[in-house]
Amino acid sequence: MEEVLTEDRIITVLKEKFVDDFVSTELPYGFTTATFKSENIVSIIKFLYDTEQYQYLTTLSGIHYPDLKKIAVMYQLHNLRENKRLRLKIYLAEEKPEVATLTTVFPAANWMERETYDFFGVTFTGHPNLKRILNVEDMIIFPMRKEYPLEDQTREDKNNLMFGR
Amino acid sequence: MEQTKNTSAPGDITVQEEKKYSYLNLGPTHPATHGIFQNVLKMDGEIIMDATPTIGYIHRAFEKLAERRPFYQITPITDRLNYCSSPINNMGWHMTAEKLFKIELPKRVQYMRIVIMELSRIADHIICNTIIGQDVGATTGFLYLFQYRERIYEIFEEICGARLTTNIGRIGGFERNFSDKAWDKIYKFLEDFPIAFKEFSSLLERNRIFMDRTINCGPISAEMALSYSFSGPNLRAAGVDYDVRAMNPYSSYEEFDFIVPVGTQGDTYDRFMVRQQEMHQSLSIIHQAIEKIKKEPADIFRADVPEFVLPPKEEVYNNMEALIYHFKNIMGETEIPKGEVYHSVEGGNGELGFYLISDGGRTPYRLHFRRPCFIFYQAYPEMIKGTMLSDAIITMSSMNVIAGELDA
Repeated sequence: MEEVLTEDRIITVLKEKFVDDFVSTELPYGFTTATFKSENIVSIIKFLYDTEQYQYLTTLSGIHYPDLKKIAVMYQLHNLRENKRLRLKIYLAEEKPEVATLTTVFPAANWMERETYDFFGVTFTGHPNLKRILNVEDMIIFPMRKEYPLEDQTREDKNNLMFGR
Repeated sequence: MEQTKNTSAPGDITVQEEKKYSYLNLGPTHPATHGIFQNVLKMDGEIIMDATPTIGYIHRAFEKLAERRPFYQITPITDRLNYCSSPINNMGWHMTAEKLFKIELPKRVQYMRIVIMELSRIADHIICNTIIGQDVGATTGFLYLFQYRERIYEIFEEICGARLTTNIGRIGGFERNFSDKAWDKIYKFLEDFPIAFKEFSSLLERNRIFMDRTINCGPISAEMALSYSFSGPNLRAAGVDYDVRAMNPYSSYEEFDFIVPVGTQGDTYDRFMVRQQEMHQSLSIIHQAIEKIKKEPADIFRADVPEFVLPPKEEVYNNMEALIYHFKNIMGETEIPKGEVYHSVEGGNGELGFYLISDGGRTPYRLHFRRPCFIFYQAYPEMIKGTMLSDAIITMSSMNVIAGELDA
């Protein structure tokens, strides 16, 4: 499986249509991926929905990059007609991660966005009911961020060389 | 001034009283919800006006846990997602890891996996379909088929030693070959199950009472189902032929001949029937897989990847190479490539996806599970609005929502 960068047609279309928002594209393990600026992401997805048949939202999730001081949001769309998958990524500032909601295009984004808010603290502006979903409501942290380690850091019997990442 | 005349007879209601709704807690621990789900229902008599689901009662932070576990230790976590068909989850995770490590599996291993996955799909559908019967009051079918689910679990036990949370297989294949006893049990199951299944089908499929009860109960249109990102039998019941096995074949599904059954109405009856047909298809796939396995060399049960499989103990004690690999495995010295992988399998109730980011560390940097019922359960209030309380119960059981997967 050699990674050959044959650019998908859809990337070319998006590059032309959204010149100002386009950041980069890659093809990790054959999966078409494109990174955009966060401002117009909803209109980009709306465009894909209306004209390019990407009408199925497979999944949506957050990724925390403490080194870059960024929180990424990944959208995965599926064109069921042509059976093509597409991943879109945006990077948000760690201190104030904020992006417009996708519930206007996909009702399915409702709980996925609530989950992303719950675990990463990404605020989806315009979301009808942005509350915690899996964790208790009075929790004050966003547990999937990397600054909250899973294990007690004061323990000395387990050192990172053997048991950590 | 004219006096207002009171013309009404005593006892007549003159003032239109304000309509009052009552609120009903369905769950969290209600025997008819089969799991820990809470729904606060706004009721007008027996009609549901609105529902507010609360989830997260058995949230166990799997995504966070996975960030501190080596790849082979994540398999037991996936057991506990959809625990009615844990082998599919295990295999899905193995395949994701194999995709990252670029491991090619021998054909025999892929077919063995298909046998296991289709058996667990049958087990999953047995639970869901018999429970629909149970919830409408037809207990007999439940008792007929549940002993065959037991037989499937015995097969799993023979192969991996566990029944419900299987942790079956390893990255690169299986931990051991299927024993003769396991094969015997599979053959015996394939012989006996269709007979009982036929009895079950004749009890419910064309049963007038069952049909009246389930047809047009909790329907969902194809457009709605797609916009709510439904997958699996629920989406197919609405009439969309999306099956991961057919669209993005994995583990050599492309070599198999099977039908993707679809419904038309997306109601409880269609969901039931789609699962019934899928069980027939699964049986046929297992037969095909066994035929294919017979043509492959009988002693292959894993790929040659010593970096990811613990060697047998007698070799560790007597053989230097095995000892090295043992230590490499335990101490996490195996080289892990960097990368970003998405792999999805057709789980018991929909597209189960694994989104994995590896930064070259011994554990994933980020692992996200695309859990089908977490996504389609949010359409539940929409589906039960305006129906009766008892319809809400069977709509939920026909959607096959599994609490373990919902809450991850």
